[in-house]
Amino acid sequence: MRKLLLDGLLKRPLTEPAPPPDDAGLAELATRIRRKLGRSLSIREVDAGSCNGCELEIHALNNAFYDLDRFGIRFVASPRHADVLLVTGPVTRNMREALERTWNATPDPKWVVAVGDCALDGGLFAGSYAVEGGVSSVIPVDLHIRGCPPSPTALLQGLLALLEKAERG
Amino acid sequence: MTALIDLIQQGRPVDGHRPWPRAIVDADLWEVAAAHLAAGDWSLLDLWGEPDRVHMTLLEEAGATVGTVSLDCPDRRYPSIARRHPPALRLERTLRDLYGLEPVGLADDRAWLDHDRWGVRHPLGSAEQDFEPLPKYRFLPAEGESLHRIPVGPVHAGIIEPGHFRFTANGETVVRLEERLGYVHKGIDSLMAGAAIERAAMLAGRTSGDSTVAYALAFSAAVEAALGMEVPARAVALRAVMAELERLANHFGDIGAICNDAAFAMMHAHTGVLRERVLRASDAAFGHRLMRDRVVPGGVAVDLTADGIAAIRALLAEAHRSFPPLVTLYDETASLQDRTVTTGIVGEPLVRQYAAGGYVGRASGRSFDARRLPGYAPYADLPFEVPVRHDGDVNARVWIRIQEVGQSLALIEALLERLPGGPLHVPLPAGSGEGAALVEGFRGDVHAWVRIAADGTVERCRLRDPSWFQWPLLEAAIEGNIVADFPLCNKSFNCSYSGHDL
Ligand code: SF4
Repeated sequence: MRKLLLDGLLKRPLTEPAPPPDDAGLAELATRIRRKLGRSLSIREVDAGSCNGCELEIHALNNAFYDLDRFGIRFVASPRHADVLLVTGPVTRNMREALERTWNATPDPKWVVAVGDCALDGGLFAGSYAVEGGVSSVIPVDLHIRGCPPSPTALLQGLLALLEKAERG
Repeated sequence: MTALIDLIQQGRPVDGHRPWPRAIVDADLWEVAAAHLAAGDWSLLDLWGEPDRVHMTLLEEAGATVGTVSLDCPDRRYPSIARRHPPALRLERTLRDLYGLEPVGLADDRAWLDHDRWGVRHPLGSAEQDFEPLPKYRFLPAEGESLHRIPVGPVHAGIIEPGHFRFTANGETVVRLEERLGYVHKGIDSLMAGAAIERAAMLAGRTSGDSTVAYALAFSAAVEAALGMEVPARAVALRAVMAELERLANHFGDIGAICNDAAFAMMHAHTGVLRERVLRASDAAFGHRLMRDRVVPGGVAVDLTADGIAAIRALLAEAHRSFPPLVTLYDETASLQDRTVTTGIVGEPLVRQYAAGGYVGRASGRSFDARRLPGYAPYADLPFEVPVRHDGDVNARVWIRIQEVGQSLALIEALLERLPGGPLHVPLPAGSGEGAALVEGFRGDVHAWVRIAADGTVERCRLRDPSWFQWPLLEAAIEGNIVADFPLCNKSFNCSYSGHDL
């Protein structure tokens, strides 16, 4: 364990000095978050019917390569602490109420980001008796991030776009 | 004891069902099968239905036989299997919800996937629009002094899928856990019916995102069996490379996530890096981080170039360098072992009864691996071991994954060593038929069954996630453990919600 810890201290971090435009994008994202919120951005993730593919890539944002934390963006355990709801999946009829309740439990100001092709319009699952459709068929959506699933880089770029939108008001 | 093959021969064979036989049986033979399941002679691999028929795929490990029996039930009633063999319980409740097929003799009359939100009853059967509301869901009782209940979910605190857990605890100790699932039911069965094969393959690959390769492979193999076709050797090898990469990525992720639930974040950080490296190598090699839609009926959709091979080889080298110290770290950290050893034990009789696959089965003495039995190409030509342990706790489920990482690394190496040339894909022949496949995903065996109609569309498709036979065992694993160890137990199972809910 000592060697691993020492290595961790001595080696260069893995965290990406990502190639442009991501790098610029990431730095910009950090400044904007601070300017806009004067603090950090708290995200509550809600799976409203996803195949779990989108969750895997959202998870990846926390690994050492993307290290979302360094920008003051973090995932929180309760909607009560959230600024942003990150919603995945076609919204299933069985999850509709839970999604509405989560949204209601999130204090204002709040934003909703719909993640993945399913969250846009139900994706391949649209038209099923068990599916409502995209996230916007249940709660208002501020931004869609496309992809099946969107890569962690696409997710970061999406969050940047959200902040732009929020600034324009 | 009747051999499974004898039972199948007593029924009326269905022509052209591949690779194993399917026979239509009468109610008496159906009951004979139930008795064999109850006696533990055979295992239940799947139970599913059509509007007026039920099917059951059975495994007889002793004779290395797999077979499917079907019972026509024009009056929408069939003798319950779950009445004698509990692993069928949730499957029968699902059949009732989706098709209105009634398991005669089953005491549990509660719905399972139907939460009364669809606006239709028995959507795949009579599809009634006009119906009485379902009674309020009754959780099983737990009675006694000073018991309290803890409801959790469907929305959980982490970045995970939704489901409801109802704990009954005595102080810190869990007396009973009852799961309630179905929240992410998307109606995949109904979307499959009538779909073109290409669309159906995409749906299959989106049944459980973490197993997209395994599902695409199972669906494709079932279609290929139905159409009686072979896929080119290069495609077979590339499919296996993808399947093993998927296993690696998930095992790395799980090993770290389990340790993280014991508050050992360092392991999580390091295995998270390894997982990311697998995804990047997969992206470089096959053009998608999760390799979605890369396995298609008839072959594979992309070739592996020299650059791709180099990316995978670099990954293997990195894993050989950085994984062993992490294994030592896991093994030598007493505070971590204190949490994982003897926590969440599942006994061997239960995993055998439920025919639980993957690391859940293998950590408790059941060595079943679909790559071996029924087996599929190219694994018969490759050297690999199926690790088995008998302690059945969280620690054992971690160790099975650790050992499987080593096996997958070696398998990928062997596959790259002798990658055959030739085409990637052959067009599907016209024709109809029925086919099935059992494919070993990272969490266990995925069953796919398909019937192709004369016009080349999918008439019906059934996909069964390994989680069906693992979720119930999680309820057993947590009994007598403290509530605080639930995340650890749950993560060591890592069952799929989406794959189960369909
Ligand atoms: S967008 Fe793709 S990855 Fe995300 S939930 Fe839908 S099918 Fe799964």
